[in-house]
Amino acid sequence: MASPLHQFEIKTLVPIKIGGIDLSFTNSALFMALAVAAVTFFFVQGMKGRSVVPGRWQSLAELTYEFVAGMLKDNVGAEGRKFFPFVFTLFTFILFGNLLGLLPYSFTFTSHIIVTFALACASFLLVTLVGLARHGLHFFSLFVPSGVSPVLLPLMIPIEIVSYLSRPVSLSVRLFANMMAGHTMMKVFAGFILPLGVFGIAPFAIDVALTGFEFGIAIIQAYIFTVLTCLYLHDAVHLH
Amino acid sequence: MPQLDVATFPSQLFWLAVSFAVLYVILATLVMPRVGTVLDERQRRIDDSLDRAAQLKSEAEAAVAAYEKALAEARAKAHDTLRDAQARLQAETDGRLKALAERLGDEVKAAEARIAQARDQALQGVRALAAETAGQLARKLAGADIDAAKLDQAVGRALGGS
Repeated sequence: MASPLHQFEIKTLVPIKIGGIDLSFTNSALFMALAVAAVTFFFVQGMKGRSVVPGRWQSLAELTYEFVAGMLKDNVGAEGRKFFPFVFTLFTFILFGNLLGLLPYSFTFTSHIIVTFALACASFLLVTLVGLARHGLHFFSLFVPSGVSPVLLPLMIPIEIVSYLSRPVSLSVRLFANMMAGHTMMKVFAGFILPLGVFGIAPFAIDVALTGFEFGIAIIQAYIFTVLTCLYLHDAVHLH
Repeated sequence: MPQLDVATFPSQLFWLAVSFAVLYVILATLVMPRVGTVLDERQRRIDDSLDRAAQLKSEAEAAVAAYEKALAEARAKAHDTLRDAQARLQAETDGRLKALAERLGDEVKAAEARIAQARDQALQGVRALAAETAGQLARKLAGADIDAAKLDQAVGRALGGS
């Protein structure tokens, strides 16, 4: 029986080495490229008709677009419009990465902490830069909670700073842990199906149910990642 | 745990950056304008249709108002015509009645005049007859021949006339 963690192994497909750094095209990179291709295909093919009255596929594409646009508008407001390409890319990239990972024998690139951490850092950096660009040094008043007695400020300000700095960590760990835990659990149960013989039906049934849950988690985690980015953007744009 | 294999990090980060950037460019330049124009076009169509519906509604309301105005005018005109006709008929009836009353009055007067004349003639006849009778009576009874003028005077006195 293969280890449940075997599915997370990075395998080099095309070795590339530039300046002593290993930049090989791996299975992870392949699925990132597949996600990009799938998103592109999903939207380009879906919007091909450009019908005023959309078909099913076009409806799906439009719904996805309007879902992200609505999320950004509700959380950030009209100023959020210019972050739409970034937030839209973030959402579709994570969503399709999660969903592609559910295919048998595929690879889930969002189950790697370095990938989710890099995405979280991108959103964290964007938020911080937007805050500094809009408010200058006044942006740091974000760390001073309003309506708190001055006596508590020496305690509150460090807490706020720590909570701010832990945002990329919580953002990345949440996505990574969910994807990894779900896939590991499925693999663990799958490993019992054949050895149990007839009774393998029980872990098989559990895996079927888990697959359904995993679809939900794939979508919800992409949503949570994006909506939290939107909330942080709101903080940066409006300061509280 | 393969996730903690630091040796794979540069490759993952590199391809993540590449694919994320490619997807960003594709979405920003290709997908968003397409979806955006379709959504805008739909919104524009919906707004246009709503505008046209509102316009048609106001036109329909104007038509109804015009119809009701025409109806009211026609009613008023019919009413006027009826009233005129009634007034004309009334006037005509009044005229005829008046003319009839006048003619009847005239005829009554003429008849009265004829009756008076007939009575006068009758009275005249009676007077002459009385005078003649009185003359003959006087002649036969008294054998006196009385003058006609005196007889007439006496008859007139007896009748209470002049």
